[in-house]
Parts: sequence; C-alpha cells; structure tokens
Amino acid sequence: MMGIITTISTWLIPCFIAVVLIVSTWKRVPAYETFVEGGKDGVRMAFSLLPFLVGMIVAISILRSSGALEAFIQLISPLLIKIGVPPDIIPLALVRPISGTAALGMTTELISTHGPDSFIGRLASTMQGSTDTTLYILTVYFGAVGIRKMRYALKVGLLADLVGIIASIIVVTLLFG
Amino acid sequence: MVNIIWAAMAVTGIVYAMFNGTMDEVNEALFESAEEAVTLSIGLISILVFWLGIMKVAEKAGILEFLSRMFRPIIIRLFPDIPKDHPAIGYILSNITANIFGLGNAATPMGIKAMEQMKELSGSDEASRSMITFLALNTSSLTIIPTTVISIRMQYDSVSPTEIVGTTIIATLISSVSALMIDRVFYYRSRRRKS
Repeated sequence: MMGIITTISTWLIPCFIAVVLIVSTWKRVPAYETFVEGGKDGVRMAFSLLPFLVGMIVAISILRSSGALEAFIQLISPLLIKIGVPPDIIPLALVRPISGTAALGMTTELISTHGPDSFIGRLASTMQGSTDTTLYILTVYFGAVGIRKMRYALKVGLLADLVGIIASIIVVTLLFG
Repeated sequence: MVNIIWAAMAVTGIVYAMFNGTMDEVNEALFESAEEAVTLSIGLISILVFWLGIMKVAEKAGILEFLSRMFRPIIIRLFPDIPKDHPAIGYILSNITANIFGLGNAATPMGIKAMEQMKELSGSDEASRSMITFLALNTSSLTIIPTTVISIRMQYDSVSPTEIVGTTIIATLISSVSALMIDRVFYYRSRRRKS
C-alpha cells in the first residue's frame, strides 16, 4: 500500500507536466511563450512576498530568542498536563501553528531523544504531519495577493490547529498507547 | 487583527528580554531571521516561476477547466460563491491535489494563484468567504503522506518509519473536517452580525 502511494507521489508531477505539454501542443497553444509569461508572475509574486515574510519571521524570532515563548509554555504547562496532555509534547503543540522551522526542529529533537518508535516519537510525528503552520500560510497567501483585512481567517486557522493537535493526541493514544 | 498580533509578538519579546537579560540574543536573532526570511523568499522564486509557468500553459490548454468540471459538484459545495466555470476552481483543485500528495513545493504557487483569482472575483482587499474556507483547508493540512516526517524517522532508525501514516491520515481528516465546520460557523456568525 505504502509503495503504491510513494510511487504515485513521485510520478504525479512529471506525468502532469507531460500531459500539460502534450495537450497544449496538440491544441496549438504556444507552450514555451505561455510558460515564460506565467513564470514572470512568479518573480513578481516572490518579491511582493518578501516584506511580509521578513516582518513575520523577525517578530516570531524576537519572541523565541528573548525566552518569552518558552516562559509562556512553562506557565501554561501545568494546566495542560492536568487535562492529560503529555508534558514533552507541549512545546511542539504550541509552536506548530506559529513557526514551521521551529516545529520541525522540535519534532526532530523529540524523535532523537525519545526514539522514533516511542509514544512521544509517534505523537510528534503525527502532530507534525497533520497540522500546518497557520501563520506562515496566512502570511504567504494573503500577503502575495494583498489582502489587508483577514476577518475571521486567523481564528478559524488556529481553532483548526487546536482540533488537529487534540485529534493527534487522541488517535495516537488509542492506536499506539 | 494581524497588526496587533504582529506588534504584540515583537514588543512582548523585547520587553521580556529587558528583564530576562537576553537582549544580546534578541539582537542577534533580529538580523539572522531577517536574512533567513530573504533567503526563503528568494528560494521561492524558482518554484513559483516554474509552477506558475506550467499552470499558465495548463490553463491556456483547457486542462484546468477540464479538472474543475470533473470535481465541480464537490468544490461548488465547499466554495458556493465561486462561479461554476471560474479558473479559480482549477487552481484550488491543483492546490488540494498537491497538498494531499505532500508536494508542498507545488501546492504553494497554486494556492497563491487560487487566492489571486478569488481576489479578482471579490475585487476588494478584504478576505472573502471562499478565501477563508480555502485558507482553513490549507492550515488544517491535507497531507496524507508526510514525507519530511518519514525521512526524519528513517534517519533515526525507526523500525517502521511509515507506521505514522495511518494516524496522520486520521488526524488530518478530523482536523480538515473540523476546519470546514468551524469556517461555516464563523461565516454564518459574521453574516448575522451584518444583517
């Protein structure tokens, strides 16, 4: 089963590209010129994204490097342990929606200290895979197209993360616990 | 909202550093992370140029339209305020497909393009209903094969690096369905407030 899925993953993109180019040539679309035209959009987008990413990433790194984020995690840890959250996983659960690189670093560290096949290792792996960095997605997607008023988007994103984190704890406990 | 959060993160960090004696670390992090962000954006150029180029060809050749016609019944239910034949649907579908297969590199450019199309539809700088639904789907993660996590597990000699695929799929499913429901709740609440 896993083999099939990995094969699909590696074949999907090259095959998609081949289909696009065959169909466009057949329909007499100037493929190369259209590609270049679309690609120009990409350059513009990457540059318009830059200030948004710099702003967000710097603010997050100030919070992390000052020790404030860690202090906050320690402050609310006792409460989370009481409701059954494994203490080792708390930093990852709280950082996952804010910083992708920090979360990946924490997952790697948890896997290396507890072992990939331990309860914590499996939980960290599941948590890392089943939620995404809300703040990054919000910054990139809204930043690139110039959305100023986000309305309820952040609330929805963060609540979804919360559900994802709770779900991974429950699912991993039921299946591997 | 984002203005307050952004300022609060930075100010909290700086004020905390005053008492915690970590001002040196903050200074260092300031410039290092700015550089990191620029590297990240520059790194995105290659992916964005390539994928937006290919997708433009796909759009002109009518492949996006074909895709959206196939999955129209599902997408229309999820994004009721996008017109049936709008190219946005094709981009949304491509983004979702790329996400499911863990192809984050391809998913981002398509997602941005989908947002751009949806912005054209709404014509304002305020996030529209479908934009938020789309965002909710993306933040809840649609990945069924977490390739990065599997490779980390392999590095640390896991007996079964892929055994977490099952739990990831279940957790992803729960969080995605919840994200859609939470999104609906907030949408109806915001509409009630307006009327």
